Amino acid sequence: MKMALQVNGERHVVGVSGARRLLDVLREDLGLTGTKEGCGEGECGACSVLVDGAVVDSCLVPVGQVTDASIVTVEGLAADGVLNPLQQAFLDTGGAQCGMCTPGMLIAGQAFLASGEEATDDHIREAIAGNLCRCTGYTKIIEAIALAAERSA
Amino acid sequence: MANAVFESPRQLEDAYALMADGLARPIAGATDALVQADGDLDAAHARIVDLWQLEELRGIAQQGDTLVIGALTTYTDIRRSPLIQETLPALAAAASTIGAAQIQNRGTLGGNIANASPAGDTLPILLAARASIDLGGTRGERSVSADAFWTGYRQTARQRDELILRVRFPILDGHRVWFRKVGTRRAQAISKVVMAAAWHPSTNGAWHDVRLALGSVAERPIRAIETERAIEGRRPSAALADQAAKVLIAEIRPIDDVRSTAAYRRAVAGGILHRLLSTT
Repeated sequence: MKMALQVNGERHVVGVSGARRLLDVLREDLGLTGTKEGCGEGECGACSVLVDGAVVDSCLVPVGQVTDASIVTVEGLAADGVLNPLQQAFLDTGGAQCGMCTPGMLIAGQAFLASGEEATDDHIREAIAGNLCRCTGYTKIIEAIALAAERSA
Repeated sequence: MANAVFESPRQLEDAYALMADGLARPIAGATDALVQADGDLDAAHARIVDLWQLEELRGIAQQGDTLVIGALTTYTDIRRSPLIQETLPALAAAASTIGAAQIQNRGTLGGNIANASPAGDTLPILLAARASIDLGGTRGERSVSADAFWTGYRQTARQRDELILRVRFPILDGHRVWFRKVGTRRAQAISKVVMAAAWHPSTNGAWHDVRLALGSVAERPIRAIETERAIEGRRPSAALADQAAKVLIAEIRPIDDVRSTAAYRRAVAGGILHRLLSTT
């Protein structure tokens, strides 16, 4: 079926089954390959995107459920070629290693920053509890999110 | 392979009509449905009724002395609800243990009930806190008590043409509802044992109207009736904790599976109850 999707502020019309995974439509139909597939079953968070501001695993969202929603992927974080504060903080603290988890970490971190919750270590850890990093880089990722919160305070 | 017919009704009557022949697969947040379909809903189902747009199935309200939660209410909604924090904080505690933010933003209470996993984290709370589940379809609405809802392994009282509409919890003055989950780790884990209890403490400290329910220790979420009887009318103490834990360990019938062993589950269930009764 034909459906319209709002991704990173742009409207796209795709002809796909409503039952298709949002992850596949983003990567294969829209070419937005920044969003990664890790486990494909909601454990690892590599495919995290924002749907109306809420962080979700795009591997567990049938695309037909989000045709009215505003979707943000990692490609939508930078504006006019300038990294957003969270991305800059990841660079400054060394919050990325192999990069596989990074798009999902950025999206989960972005949802956390937007929530306005106090950026304590516990709160940040809970906010990224659904995102696995297998380079064991959690400490620097947490530092990056805290730094971005501090800079925007 | 043909794609699934994917319908997203916006009115409940339209959803009922789409469900009427009993052949469609209803989905809510799809967090279980997509995993069970191995990521391919098109291959797994001929027709899907997407419930996500049915706004009338969302929301948390108090109606008289009843807490009413719409089936499409997400775990995030439950965690953030001041009304649930006030009237049934154990449910908010359970919601906060299910997956992480990504799952909590999509997964729904109705989905947890319909999915009927023996490990469903909210289900022991529904059993302990005397919930009833409202179902609806073209044949009308009916209400089923949680005690009668899960009938076997992933079997429920819901007929194939029915949808789960809402859950009702009686708000009982002075009653306490308690929840505890043990998994491999705190985030993202599916439970090895999940337990909920409800009781009414009298002025002398004795527990009355005791209800104890568990997940992951049988083919469906269950109440531990013999253990309830062992506690009923008595004051929590170290001696009662010893005795009730023994009764519980003998009463439940857990299995060995990928997440744990029967022996560990018995020991943990006994340990959780022991701690509840020796520290409350």
